[in-house]
Amino acid sequence: MTMIRFNDKQEAEFQRLVSRYPEGKQKSALLPVLHLAQDSFGGWLSSEVMDYVADRLSIKPIEVYEVATFYTMYNLKPIGKYLFEVCQTGPCMLRGSDDIIAYIGEKLGIKPGQTTEDGMFTLKTVECLGACGYAPMMQLGKFYREHLTKEKVDQIIEECRRNAAANN
Amino acid sequence: MGRKLLLEKAHVEGIRTYEVYRREGGYRSVEKALKSMSPDAIVEEVKKSGLRGRGGAGFPTGMKWSFLAKPEGVPRYLVCNADESEPGTFKDRYLMEFIPHLLIEGMIVSSFALGSNRSYIYIRGEYAWITDILEQAIEEAKANGWLGKNILGSGYDLELYVQRGAGAYICGEETALIESLEGKRGNPRIKPPFPAIKGLWDCPTVVNNVETIAAVVPIVNDGGEEYAKIGAGKSTGTKLISACGNINKPGVYEIDMTISVEEFIYSDEYCGGIANGKRLKACIPGGSSVPILPANLLLKTAKGETRYMNYESLSDGGFATGSMMGSGGFIVLDEDQCVVKNTYTLARFYRHESCGQCSPCREGTGWMEKILLNIEQGRGKMSDIDLLWDIQRKIEGNTICPLGDAAAWPVAAAIRHFRDEFEWHVNNPDECTKRNYGLAHYADPIYVPA
Amino acid sequence: MSEQLLKVTIDNITVEVPAGTTILQAARKIGGDVAPPAMCYYSKLQGSGGKCRTCLVEVSKGSEKDPRPMPKLVASCRTTIMDGMEVKNITSDRVLDARKGVVEFLLINHPLDCPVCDQAGECHLQDLSYEHGAAGTRYEFQRRTFKKHDLGDYIQLHMTRCILCYRCVFTADQLTKTREHGVLDRGDHAEIATFIEKNLQNDFIGNVIDVCPVGALTDKTFRFKNRVWFTKPVDAHRDCDTCCGEVQLWMRGHEVFRVTARKDEWGEVKESTKGGTGWICNTCRFEKKQVSDWEIEGPTKVNRHSVISQGHYVGLQKPEETMPKVMDGRSPKLLMDIHSVSEVNKPNIELSKLDRPAHSTDFNQ
Ligand SMILES: Cc1cc2nc3c(=O)[nH]c(=O)nc-3n(C[C@H](O)[C@H](O)[C@H](O)COP(=O)(O)O)c2cc1C
Ligand code: SF4
Ligand code: SF4
Ligand code: FES
Ligand code: FES
Repeated sequence: MTMIRFNDKQEAEFQRLVSRYPEGKQKSALLPVLHLAQDSFGGWLSSEVMDYVADRLSIKPIEVYEVATFYTMYNLKPIGKYLFEVCQTGPCMLRGSDDIIAYIGEKLGIKPGQTTEDGMFTLKTVECLGACGYAPMMQLGKFYREHLTKEKVDQIIEECRRNAAANN
Repeated sequence: MGRKLLLEKAHVEGIRTYEVYRREGGYRSVEKALKSMSPDAIVEEVKKSGLRGRGGAGFPTGMKWSFLAKPEGVPRYLVCNADESEPGTFKDRYLMEFIPHLLIEGMIVSSFALGSNRSYIYIRGEYAWITDILEQAIEEAKANGWLGKNILGSGYDLELYVQRGAGAYICGEETALIESLEGKRGNPRIKPPFPAIKGLWDCPTVVNNVETIAAVVPIVNDGGEEYAKIGAGKSTGTKLISACGNINKPGVYEIDMTISVEEFIYSDEYCGGIANGKRLKACIPGGSSVPILPANLLLKTAKGETRYMNYESLSDGGFATGSMMGSGGFIVLDEDQCVVKNTYTLARFYRHESCGQCSPCREGTGWMEKILLNIEQGRGKMSDIDLLWDIQRKIEGNTICPLGDAAAWPVAAAIRHFRDEFEWHVNNPDECTKRNYGLAHYADPIYVPA
Repeated sequence: MSEQLLKVTIDNITVEVPAGTTILQAARKIGGDVAPPAMCYYSKLQGSGGKCRTCLVEVSKGSEKDPRPMPKLVASCRTTIMDGMEVKNITSDRVLDARKGVVEFLLINHPLDCPVCDQAGECHLQDLSYEHGAAGTRYEFQRRTFKKHDLGDYIQLHMTRCILCYRCVFTADQLTKTREHGVLDRGDHAEIATFIEKNLQNDFIGNVIDVCPVGALTDKTFRFKNRVWFTKPVDAHRDCDTCCGEVQLWMRGHEVFRVTARKDEWGEVKESTKGGTGWICNTCRFEKKQVSDWEIEGPTKVNRHSVISQGHYVGLQKPEETMPKVMDGRSPKLLMDIHSVSEVNKPNIELSKLDRPAHSTDFNQ
């Protein structure tokens, strides 16, 4: 197990984040720092990572756990290399999100909440992401994939596989 | 063609960059404000403009600003609410994504008016790439002297930061947003005290929606009176509407609040009619928490008058026969859509987003979701419909924050206007899993453009 | 400077209270049924209240200056009075209706395991449901369940019974030196954190048991898990370096079954007679179970929040459990079977797994 520690670049970002608040209010950086930690340490927040964040912000671990469990974007379990977060709320449902979710599930052989055996894909249903006019949609990494169709889903899965292969 | 104040330049090539934005007249309001206006004079202009908060509640912005406490030696803060998570709403994203400097400019002028030297834009965590766009814009503004110390030699200092949330609709509620910005769980605070007295880090704070802040730019540039000339009655200025659902042209439109709902849905300038040649069944005109209206009550009020896209007209008839402008999230359902299912997904949304602090919302939202799912899947009983009604009634008004109301209203309105559809689900348990309630008697007459 | 007193009328009774007093405190001053029930507010815990919504009242007149009524019901525990304010509690149908709703909400996911719950007889939720609940449940779904957590040797957590009043969080935060306890997750999955065991180095953590309005946090050292109404409370004290040392012993014969802080008529820990707070330390609570550890003062004067208040059971040796009698002739309005005459609790039965009321046969395994 490697030691949990920000590398230089991450450390610089950490310093930038905590500098944005008045003296003594560094706890306010908790949400952004958790994002940074999640991106830095494998896409999820283990309790070691959370303890590290608590230590860096000089707060109690419980203050980190309380927050990390409240917000849906923090993963408390390891996830697949590619996380498909498909919106299922009203406006997306009206435009056929149910079919898209079913299709992705079928294609990858998993149900929402599950990860493929090769650890490549995780499928998750989420609530409105603010892209209702471009429905159906999903979030993949930092970006949104909108106006989804089955063909587009096929392309996205292909693209992920290609990228994964290229990175190995 | 209505007048555009916010999005007029949104499609100018390269407007996202400082150079183009400035060339197109950007940051004039900052020059005007810092060189020739006092903070109070700006507040006065905003009052005159009649601008109402664009985040959902429609509270007069000028009045809100004048409530801000100003104790000696205590900093004040302006926080921009860019949490935008109400289903059906995606207008702020559009503004920030395409014309980010407009928000930065609005933040500078508004911060100056309120005396904030450190302001934040709290953006929903999922808008990660927009965070980058905004931070880039802030960098540019700073590099060009619009932010930082002694801006334009006026002696006014301002730092502006973007804070990302991490997935919680409730953080759009202003006190939950403040808690979240302080690095805590997004539990709404018990009010009073209100943020204007005790907000961020217990200091006086104003929280305003993205669109509200952006609207301050034309108000300062042209004067509050000019702004108030646009629109109708107490619905002054322009409003961004994000239209979605079963329409031909989903997207964000800046409207002058004098157009009719009918024009908005059917004209090619806006939604372009119902998709796939279908007919209009119902619409949720102001974001998922406002009451759904059947087509007949949407296009015309109960009195038979034309309904317009503004605060007063959309709420005409109260909750019995009207709805609300809300956040401007305009969700259209065509004749094939199932109101029970739609209501179920919304109930699921509110259960998912309840912070869990107060019992009616924590327990009631989950209960409603379960009953709605049963009805939707043909396992419901007739008495469930009355039970649902009673549950929503016991949540509404009895919670800490308005999320309880927001969860109750859609259920109430769906039962109020579409009870027969709920009953059909109960009476046809086998059929309702295979097809949607197809009676088109809510649907409008097929629209024939004049 | 003499303190200015403000007038407030609650259910047609007028009292004068200092500025800054909440409606709830003013109502408690009047006492009796005029005082709204409070499941989350705890006067000795800063920041508590506002959450459970059982204390909602109607403000029919805002103040002398601004007589407009408040449109919504307000949480009396967090609303301060204004001069000339008029409040309706039990005289308002709206309030009673809303309160009935709140009680129902609190109960839909609450396990109906009162027959095996240590808190039975001194549970505020039980009181509340008798006083304000409806007959029968309209909730037809599986009750919420949680993973079981072991908090160590002293404190027992039954998360299914928790009503998320946050009192234990405030207690751990305000009474102990380091904060280890909080609420995790959100919405209907929110649960109190289970890091309390770390907190056990904290001398005062045991007080979470006393503040918990339901049986979610109970005393694992409560010997034989006796139903409270078979034990007899006596006031006692000892010299303690850590706390005031003033406690209530829950005894049967000459055995000490349980030690708690002394409580007032609102179910809150009393001030110490020496002045200062009445919170007790872990040593007094968990370790001192011999009569010889204590100096006994005499039987506790009991309060309305206890079944013992009826007096039937003081000094009683032989169990005879009949709830209606204990409840002053009232029958339970809830659809639950409280009649299992079991002298010894069986806390290992996971009643929340049942999706119907528990029957005595469920305990006979
Ligand atoms: C549950 C809930 C969610 C909200 N979400 C948002 C939101 O995403 N964006 C927003 O601007 N206002 C939201 N609001 C309204 C804010 O509380 C607040 O009224 C608003 O930011 C004030 O700004 P305005 O006066 O400019 O509209 C929400 C309110 C509630 C109760
Ligand atoms: S109404 Fe819902 S979201 Fe608002 S404070 Fe209560 S539980 Fe939280
Ligand atoms: S465990 Fe008890 S004191 Fe703690 S929140 Fe739950 S009900 Fe309240
Ligand atoms: S409903 Fe899917 S993005 Fe809004
Ligand atoms: S006691 Fe007032 S809300 Fe709980």
